[in-house]
Amino acid sequence: MMKTRKEYQITAKSIGQHKKGYIRKRLRESWQLYILLLPGLIYLLIFMYGPMYGVQIAFKDYRVSKGIWGSDWVGLKHFITWVSYPKFWTLIKNTLSITLYGLATFPCGIIFALLLNEIRNSRLKKTVQMITYMPHFLSEVVVCALVLLLLDMNNGPINNLIELLGGKRIHFMGLPGLFSSVYVLSGLWQNIGWNSILYISALSGISMDLVEAARIDGANRFQTILHVYIPGIVPTIVITFLLAVGGIMSLGYTKILLLQNNMNIEVSNVISTYTYNVGILSGQYSLSSAVGLFNNLINIMVLLLVNGIIKKVSDTSLF
Amino acid sequence: MNKKKRQISAGRRHVAAGDRLFLVIVYFAVFLITFCCVYPLYFTVIASFSDATDLYSGKVNLLPSGFHLDAYKEVLKNNSIWRGYANSIFYTVGGTAVNLFLTVPTAYALSRKRMFGRNFLMTLFVITMYFGGGLVPTYILYKNLHLTNTPWIMLISGGLSVYNVIVTRTYFQNSIPDGLYEASRIDGASEFLIFGKIFLPLSKPIIAVITLYYAAGHWSSYFGAMIYLANSKLHPLQLVLRKILILNESAIQNIEDAASQEAALSILQRMELSHVMKFALVFISSAPMIMIYPFVQKYFIKGVMVGALKE
Repeated sequence: MMKTRKEYQITAKSIGQHKKGYIRKRLRESWQLYILLLPGLIYLLIFMYGPMYGVQIAFKDYRVSKGIWGSDWVGLKHFITWVSYPKFWTLIKNTLSITLYGLATFPCGIIFALLLNEIRNSRLKKTVQMITYMPHFLSEVVVCALVLLLLDMNNGPINNLIELLGGKRIHFMGLPGLFSSVYVLSGLWQNIGWNSILYISALSGISMDLVEAARIDGANRFQTILHVYIPGIVPTIVITFLLAVGGIMSLGYTKILLLQNNMNIEVSNVISTYTYNVGILSGQYSLSSAVGLFNNLINIMVLLLVNGIIKKVSDTSLF
Repeated sequence: MNKKKRQISAGRRHVAAGDRLFLVIVYFAVFLITFCCVYPLYFTVIASFSDATDLYSGKVNLLPSGFHLDAYKEVLKNNSIWRGYANSIFYTVGGTAVNLFLTVPTAYALSRKRMFGRNFLMTLFVITMYFGGGLVPTYILYKNLHLTNTPWIMLISGGLSVYNVIVTRTYFQNSIPDGLYEASRIDGASEFLIFGKIFLPLSKPIIAVITLYYAAGHWSSYFGAMIYLANSKLHPLQLVLRKILILNESAIQNIEDAASQEAALSILQRMELSHVMKFALVFISSAPMIMIYPFVQKYFIKGVMVGALKE
């Protein structure tokens, strides 16, 4: 039977009504859950979406008296200022070189987990784990203080050791060339144990049958690591590595600001510390917001790229 | 036949010898890494008890020189350290309470499939993990709300970590059987009742994990306080530490009337004392974390695992 156009319209309308009724019913059914959600949602909207609303000052000349909404639009002025800033490339280079250096220490956690996995004495293993996780719980300020104290030119034990071995005392914090090493290696010190946790648990998930089989085939311990243990934890490695790559431009400022001084400022000034210096210290709110937005957008692009690669090489992806 | 057997056993012996060498290397490497991890902590402790002059001239390396409590005595005299300690405890306890109030019910609601608009709301939360306003817009917001330079900002800023919401939500979804929820629904229990009487008691492990993560975050951060709190009476311990340990402000109290004190110190003695006090300060400020750490480490480790498993 053929339906007329009018009949179609009527059915469409009633479906619409149905749908409205359905939505209303579902909303009514969920009200208790909405109340539970409310504190978190209100916080999210005010304190996390609020600043996103404020990001528009990157395209405006923000005046405190005029407010965020009332300030005048200036288009891409602040972005152009930022890109044509004489030290633009220096900042990018500093940011990238410190993060890439950090990324280069990525295998350390894996190697440590593999070494620990060879220790059969479980009490010794537990003790080692407990000791090596400990630095992870120190605050950034304390870690940086230890860096300054241990590397002290006059009485730091590291320099005492260097002198004992016949070397010359090194002014670690005064040499720009050593800044990234100090930054990255102190991070490695703090987190090597902690970063091995995931690999240790992945290693303990590998079937002993596989290990036994390799041993019977005549593989020694080193070959067992190469051919059984490492292939067994590759999925874990892939995910953690891509996550690390995803954060390549999001180098934090809190630790760098603590280690920064007049002698290393040339290499320790990175994009995030620049947003802090320009925004909070010099009060150039709009310019700082533009730099922050620029950095955030690059981060998102890197993350999407990384996610695309993950999807291609494995079944899992970040989102 | 016999010859072949001998060959195999010779091969085995060869492997065993190689393994023994390999194990020696393994043990040596593990020992070296462990030593490197523990030495700075060990050095802090021995330095803090050592003779100030010996420490300052670099004579303390592996063993303490004497047993002196002067540094601790002097540190404990410093009011700003005590005040910082009290402030930090307040910010940590209060801030963590706010965190839990904002995180746990939200995670519960987002874990219920029957909540209408769940995917949309979830997306709203997840977006903030990748995109945010950034430093200055956040700063302006807090300023406009007149929260800067009040203690409340330390409880409110960073009030919600979407990462922790996801971890908690995953736990609610995967570790508590659906049947329990459905049965309670059929019995007519309200969502509030189910959340409070069934889910909360069953999720102690995950709540312990996120409580620790939040608390550790509050205890160790300095940056928020640095940009939001101008009034030094409100400063948390980490900011006081930064002043003394990083910016090299002397922790010796009452520099002005030092001369009037009975034991007036020379400039060199002052420098030596300030130096050893830094170690005492590191020890005093890190002791709570390091002391409770052995008891709670399994929860932290569990947190790493749960985080890795998310979806």
